[in-house]
Amino acid sequence: MEAILIQAFNGLSLGSILLLIALGLAITFGLMKVINMAHGELIMIGAYTTYVMQTIFTQYMPAGLFDLYFILAIPCAFIVAALVGMLLEYTVIRHLYGRPLDSLLATFGVGLILQQTARSIFGAPNVGIVSPSFLEGGMNVFGMTVPVTRIFIIGLVVVCLLILAFYLYKTNSGRRTRAVMQNREMASCVGISTRRVDITTFAIGAGIAGVAGAILTLIGPIGPAIGTYYIVDAFMVVVVGGVGMLVGTVVSAFGVGVMNTLFEYWTDASMGKVLIFVLIVLFLQWRPSGLFSLRTRSLD
Amino acid sequence: MKSVVANYMISRKWLLLALVILLILLPFVLSDFRVNLLGRYLAFAILVIGLDLLWGYMGVLSLGHGIFFGLGAYIMGIHLKMEASSGGLPDFMMWSGMTELPWFWTVLQHPVIAILAGIIVPMIIAVILGFFTFRNRIQDVYFTILTQALVMVTVTLLISRQDVTGGTNGLTGFSTIFGFSLSDPATQRVIYYVTLGCLVIILLICSRLINSLFGKALIAIRDGENRLRFSGYDTSMFKVLVFTISAGIAGLAGMLFVMQVGIISPTQIGIIPSIEMILWVAIGGRGTLIGPVIGAILTNSAKTFFSESYPDIWLYFLGAVFVIVVIFLPGGLMSLGKKLKRRNSNEKGQTNSKADYSAS
Repeated sequence: MEAILIQAFNGLSLGSILLLIALGLAITFGLMKVINMAHGELIMIGAYTTYVMQTIFTQYMPAGLFDLYFILAIPCAFIVAALVGMLLEYTVIRHLYGRPLDSLLATFGVGLILQQTARSIFGAPNVGIVSPSFLEGGMNVFGMTVPVTRIFIIGLVVVCLLILAFYLYKTNSGRRTRAVMQNREMASCVGISTRRVDITTFAIGAGIAGVAGAILTLIGPIGPAIGTYYIVDAFMVVVVGGVGMLVGTVVSAFGVGVMNTLFEYWTDASMGKVLIFVLIVLFLQWRPSGLFSLRTRSLD
Repeated sequence: MKSVVANYMISRKWLLLALVILLILLPFVLSDFRVNLLGRYLAFAILVIGLDLLWGYMGVLSLGHGIFFGLGAYIMGIHLKMEASSGGLPDFMMWSGMTELPWFWTVLQHPVIAILAGIIVPMIIAVILGFFTFRNRIQDVYFTILTQALVMVTVTLLISRQDVTGGTNGLTGFSTIFGFSLSDPATQRVIYYVTLGCLVIILLICSRLINSLFGKALIAIRDGENRLRFSGYDTSMFKVLVFTISAGIAGLAGMLFVMQVGIISPTQIGIIPSIEMILWVAIGGRGTLIGPVIGAILTNSAKTFFSESYPDIWLYFLGAVFVIVVIFLPGGLMSLGKKLKRRNSNEKGQTNSKADYSAS
């Protein structure tokens, strides 16, 4: 029983990472009908930003301040990834609104270029990152010992989620975003600048992916192709959760995360993946457009 | 208007004829090594015809064709491996401690069964996945994502079952095919012409298919699926059928590929190769059949040239081509001539009534 609990806990932390990645995908797909395959590379940018911060701190800062690097790296990862996302939106994606399949191909090309750029700058081998000391060791939760990193990850994801929910549901620009998501023409008729909504939202989604990248450095070494490992799973989360509603993505991310870990525990890593895939296809028989989706009566 | 269409068809027919004659003659001037490379590209060209049927004509994008290609290749690879070990246990199985042949290895020993299986097994997988996704009108985008997940799942499975699939190394070390030595240039040349023959046959069958009512229905699905459904067509079954056909074509291409390359491994059929196949279609011009064939041959020649001289630049180049083709040239190379012609005629002040290719 305890082993299963620990697995479930690992699943929660995997699910929370998937959630961060899938949020950006779900928002951009819901808002502009664009599939961003370069999202995985935004994760990589966040991870390498953390690596650069660490290098700066080890070289130029007093050793006592070293632990601070990670605290600073998270906002930096957000900003750098958001800026790259803005650039991406401005140069490539705005030509591809409403053409999901074309946008998938074009952004895949962008992803290849970004990966190769990372390879030229940081080299092809993976780089490791030293976790800050306050995240070492274990903690006792309900009688089991779990690593502090995992708790930190879950906590950070909850904070990000709350900020995003506050932004989307309580601020004016969040309201505008949801309006455009529900009906683009009508929103622009009542005077919402859809261009500005698009670029802001895309930047936020990209920034969240950057934070996910910063978090991934706590789990293992990072390399130029780190995003590809997570992107397919994150897409599955979007498919299961449906687009346009935050809560769908949240439920499906934790669902997929926990199931993934449990199946891998019961069978093995590859059979677990097969089972998840079969389950998702079966699930779509029941709910073809995901757990939650915006209801609309328009057809074409 | 009618004459424009007729002219267009005629020019495409001549293009095809010229291409085939060129491909028949090329082995007489190229070295054995180059002929072998060209044969591989032809195998890819077979694959993209199926993909073009699916994406170019019907508007359904599959990122999972690497897997169907790979299944064909692996099935042929197993057969060749069995020939090489003359019915005994292949080397890599002995290393991983197997004592008995798995049942599907024994079955694939027979050449006819192997060839049939290489086409039918991909089709079975496609029917199952297609039926369960198209049946209840899951969005096309979701289908695309599911096919990509299929690639990831299959590749993980192939790597982890090292004892029966050869793991990351894949299957290699073949010696003969149906009793003929694979290293003999004459055998390779025969395989080249067999591949070319398959390419021409499939191209002809598919163009017949496209010009029939069936083909019109495919285009209608791309341009307005709901309208077609309301006219009483079962569009889901069309989608399942075309997906299955193109999976079978991919399996055939995989078999021809492995005969000429002599190795098949998970990296050749993973996520990136699967999506590269889409690029060949896009570069050549989707929805033209002949365009993707040219696209596959040209892109792969460019890839060989670049990877031989500047391996680093190739990925930048590939990425840039993805972006440029999708944004600026959605009709691919085949639309280039038309585009230039239209620009000229527009300058002369004439209006062109011919409808532009509508991008998905």
